[in-house]
Amino acid sequence: MQFRPRPGPALTGENAYPRILRCGDRGIAIEFSDTVSEAANLKVLSLDASLAANPVEGILETIPTYRSLTVIYDPKILRGAALGEALMQRAMHDTAASETGRLLEFPVLYGGEHQADLDELAALKNMSTADVIALHASAEYRVYMIGFAPGFAYLGGLPDILHTPRLAVPRQRIEAGAIGIGGRQSSINSVPGPSGWRFLGRTPFKLFDPARAEAFLLKAGDRITFRSIDTEEARDLDAQVAAGTAELKEIAR
Amino acid sequence: MTALLTILRAGPLMSVQDDGRYGFRARGVSTSGAMDRDAHAIANALVGNDAHAAAIEFALTGSTFTADRDTLIAVTGGSCQVEIAGRPVSTWESHLLKAGETLTVGTLRGAVWGYIAISGGIAIPKMLGSRSTHLRTAVGGLHGKALGPGDTLPLGDGEKLAPRTLGTPYLRRHGPIAVIPGPQDDYFDENAWKMFLRQPYRATASRDRMAMVLDGPALQAFKGHDIVSDATVVGSIQIPGSGKPIVLTADGQTTGGYPKIATIASFDLARLAQLPTGQQFLFRAISADFAEEQAIHAEDRLAAVIAGLKRNEGCPPK
Repeated sequence: MQFRPRPGPALTGENAYPRILRCGDRGIAIEFSDTVSEAANLKVLSLDASLAANPVEGILETIPTYRSLTVIYDPKILRGAALGEALMQRAMHDTAASETGRLLEFPVLYGGEHQADLDELAALKNMSTADVIALHASAEYRVYMIGFAPGFAYLGGLPDILHTPRLAVPRQRIEAGAIGIGGRQSSINSVPGPSGWRFLGRTPFKLFDPARAEAFLLKAGDRITFRSIDTEEARDLDAQVAAGTAELKEIAR
Repeated sequence: MTALLTILRAGPLMSVQDDGRYGFRARGVSTSGAMDRDAHAIANALVGNDAHAAAIEFALTGSTFTADRDTLIAVTGGSCQVEIAGRPVSTWESHLLKAGETLTVGTLRGAVWGYIAISGGIAIPKMLGSRSTHLRTAVGGLHGKALGPGDTLPLGDGEKLAPRTLGTPYLRRHGPIAVIPGPQDDYFDENAWKMFLRQPYRATASRDRMAMVLDGPALQAFKGHDIVSDATVVGSIQIPGSGKPIVLTADGQTTGGYPKIATIASFDLARLAQLPTGQQFLFRAISADFAEEQAIHAEDRLAAVIAGLKRNEGCPPK
């Protein structure tokens, strides 16, 4: 079986979407765009929801991302070629759902151990830290995808003014709950680890806690607002989270 | 009372692994599980465990153990010196380890990942459906950590202790490592593809359960080395700006922002993972449809090896 490379599109060429991409002998992706777009992400989530509601035998896992849905399958039950056709059929015929995710409010202690980044960001933007906080907390964010680490949420919706390049040298350890900015994306950190993002504060809520009945707090499609809290409220919430009694406020569905 | 396995001495990167954690990649949780699925499955079958049982995986250097109950043990993955109470025993066979006896596992030759299965399996609690350890995020395993001296592991109940050996030989393929082009194969021009498929690569010392960094000709992506992050799979070959391929393995992250020129065929992933550091190899590209056929054949061959296990006459139970 000789393989010939697919002729790459010219630099200026446009791909036709959606399109099927093979990811080995147990994975296949349907791609809706090569950029970050809410429209493409909604198509991804709507196809994912369709597969959950009307499953295809042989599909083992689905992974929604910004702009594509990757499907892991068992080739003994289902061949990739047939699965690709089925995915294209569904994508063409299903109407993209409008927003379906929950709207959740995350309390954030701005500053604190992340005061340095907050100050630097304010200086970079010629704003006061209070204005940075007000701007960050004024926007509604959308969970485009969960990935990289357990429960790590990639958010869209960061106001343009706050877009800021990543640090040249990543930090060795950023704690879970840290609220970050990396380029035009923002995030809520889920497990401690190294990161090159800039951090404005932290939420007492844990995005990933394997000891909890529902280990993951967020899923792709959820919407988020941030509310600034003071040290006292943060301590109260820390205690409630530790005791397992804290409830995230759901504003709307 | 639960039987316990005690670790007296441990090599680096020794951890509890089963056949993987499924259904959580959409939540950012890696699949994990054994780096060499076939060797892990055969080790389990040799001691009478089912394929889902948790065993111990080690990298290069083995270790010393003792159990407080009679058990069957089997060491697979490669060849190495194994001793029970000072008596040498063979790898790829199961042997009786009597309560209180010491099991010593030496250093692998010509392989990287080894497996020690114990009858009854390692019975630590599951996390998210699996006992596999993801070291970086501390998910699963024994407190999410690598195993060290003094650690004790609970053992499940085993069946009758009847040592087994392979009736059908387990043979690994030779030759180039098979890859399936994509998903970002069109980020690379004909020149890059020629280099990728005609020049040798080798495994470097930058390797762990998450990824293997390869050395060889640098591959330039004419459309750039940054993509809007999308999903990775086990076996994705990422090409970062340095042009040096990074193969994501069992503990690899679930999303990534580098273009992926190709994916290692599932049936060749363990063969790649077992290549000693510095050893040269070639890639060959095959279609996804053909790779599926080959993957199914590989599963059938493994099933035949497991079905063909026979009583180990050379080592009668005492």
